[in-house]
Amino acid sequence: MTAAVSSQTPAPVRSRRPRRRPRHTAARTVRYLLLLLGLLFVLIPVYVLFVTSFKAVGDASPARAWLLPSEWTLENWRSAWGQLAPSIWRSVTMVVPSTIISAVLGCLNGFVLARWRFPGADVVFTLILFGMFLPYQAVMIPLLEMMLAMQVPNGIPSLIVLHVVFGIPITTLIFRNYFETVPEELMEASRVDGAGMLRTFWSVALPIAVPGFAVVLIWQFTNAWNDFLFAVFFSNAANGPVTLVLNNIANGALLTNYGVSMAGALLASLPTLLVYILLSRYFLAGLMSGSVKG
Amino acid sequence: MPVKPMSGKLRRFGPPLLFISPSLILIGVFIYGLMGQNVWMSMTDNHTAAQANGREPISFVGLENYFGLFATEAFRHSMANLLLFTAAFLIGAMVIGFVWAWLLERPLPGGRLFQTVYLFPMAISFVASGVVWRWLLNSNQGESASGLNRLFQMVGLDFLQNPWWNNITFGILAIALPAVWQLSGYVMALFLAGFRGVPDELREAARMDGATEFQMYRMVIFPQLTPVVMSALVIIAHMSLKSFDLIMSISKPANYQTKVPAVDMFLFKSSYDYANSAAVGTVLLAVVAVLIVPYLINQYRESRR
Repeated sequence: MTAAVSSQTPAPVRSRRPRRRPRHTAARTVRYLLLLLGLLFVLIPVYVLFVTSFKAVGDASPARAWLLPSEWTLENWRSAWGQLAPSIWRSVTMVVPSTIISAVLGCLNGFVLARWRFPGADVVFTLILFGMFLPYQAVMIPLLEMMLAMQVPNGIPSLIVLHVVFGIPITTLIFRNYFETVPEELMEASRVDGAGMLRTFWSVALPIAVPGFAVVLIWQFTNAWNDFLFAVFFSNAANGPVTLVLNNIANGALLTNYGVSMAGALLASLPTLLVYILLSRYFLAGLMSGSVKG
Repeated sequence: MPVKPMSGKLRRFGPPLLFISPSLILIGVFIYGLMGQNVWMSMTDNHTAAQANGREPISFVGLENYFGLFATEAFRHSMANLLLFTAAFLIGAMVIGFVWAWLLERPLPGGRLFQTVYLFPMAISFVASGVVWRWLLNSNQGESASGLNRLFQMVGLDFLQNPWWNNITFGILAIALPAVWQLSGYVMALFLAGFRGVPDELREAARMDGATEFQMYRMVIFPQLTPVVMSALVIIAHMSLKSFDLIMSISKPANYQTKVPAVDMFLFKSSYDYANSAAVGTVLLAVVAVLIVPYLINQYRESRR
């Protein structure tokens, strides 16, 4: 709204402003130049992805590598969609339940650790937090054996369990930090009224936890969607998520068809990119919570 | 009947413990239980598929696997690669992230746009970015060059052409480039939050004292960013130590040039050498723990304060 209003009357605003000192403009020019350099660095791979995904097979000679397609074609996109569609659907069925369950667990933990504490709560929190930094390689082999022993089917069911469990530390952290910003008095009032913990949680904490859920759901969604490590160990191309199948397309064949794999990479990134663009505020909040204190 | 103190405690702390217990059990089993199991596994002679499937017995061998690993040139190469990769990744992401944040710290027309673009690589998977970086880091040169080498030719910087990740000793540094590409925006976001946390009064006070713009940054603002630097270092370093996806998608797992312990772990597992696979996992855990445990203890102390 305000942007629309101010853009209608740019001229008078500019004329009223005093002329900037030359040194200031020079500094600003340098700032923009450096920022544009950064833009170039970030966008070069994006250019390559887009351009190559629209090139026909015959158009891929090294000499034309950086040029626009001589003829734009959707063939790569069709082929990539055909190969990826089942795994994209599998990723959806993996991400939705695992995200919701780990968010709920994180909410319970975060509430207790921030606002209904028990002796040793800080130690427990630190022990949970360590799971965030754990190199999963350090539990992978026994994990494989345990999942086998518990007869959790390979593929999506296994991955749901893993994303729930290993998502607990970060979801707990985000909710704990979130509930700590909620005034203590709110919970205290409910406690004085004689409400037990469960009542306080249901009627006071949960209704105000909605923004916390937005952050956690988006963060977990992105993480689980982009996971490759667990996918490699617990699924295969026939029952695995999109990251695994994309990697197979890109690295499996003897002669890589870059057009198809780049169209595939864009397709596989679309959901998380959309989330980033549409809900960037929550995405950023999740990102910052990774630094523990935020 | 008087209420026993024990039951009062139970009534007070029972519900929260009940709330948190599902997670505690899961974390206890999946993280701490399996960590212990993994250490035990790494001290056995479980090197064959028959043993992995339980058809042949396993016996305890102590630290033999660890000595074996560090005695092989291949694993030492992996460790050296990990060190090089982490150093390059850390320096690259910290410097670029910091500069971007500094440039964008004060309001600037179009600043939001730069921020959004710089941060977007965080939203996509290493596997997807690996597809395009594999193309960019193509090691062909001259006539058959494509990717960045071709770009260097086109802009007249032919001397910059290099075999990228195909160099035996320093090839791993080429993989750090996409890692930096992907995470510099994250570091920028952390620093931006840090800059915003500096109270405006501090800046005003410095200006009143006649400090130049640069002096104000160096003497007043940068020292305030130390906690951010610590957080960013820990986050990037632990990501770097766990790096796996990028290497798997850009190079190939079997490529000696770009081997790191996480890849070794995968290769050992693929050949059913569970003992060595577990040993590599434990080595990684030890390296990460050296970095993380002091950080967590520090956080714990602060949360108690």
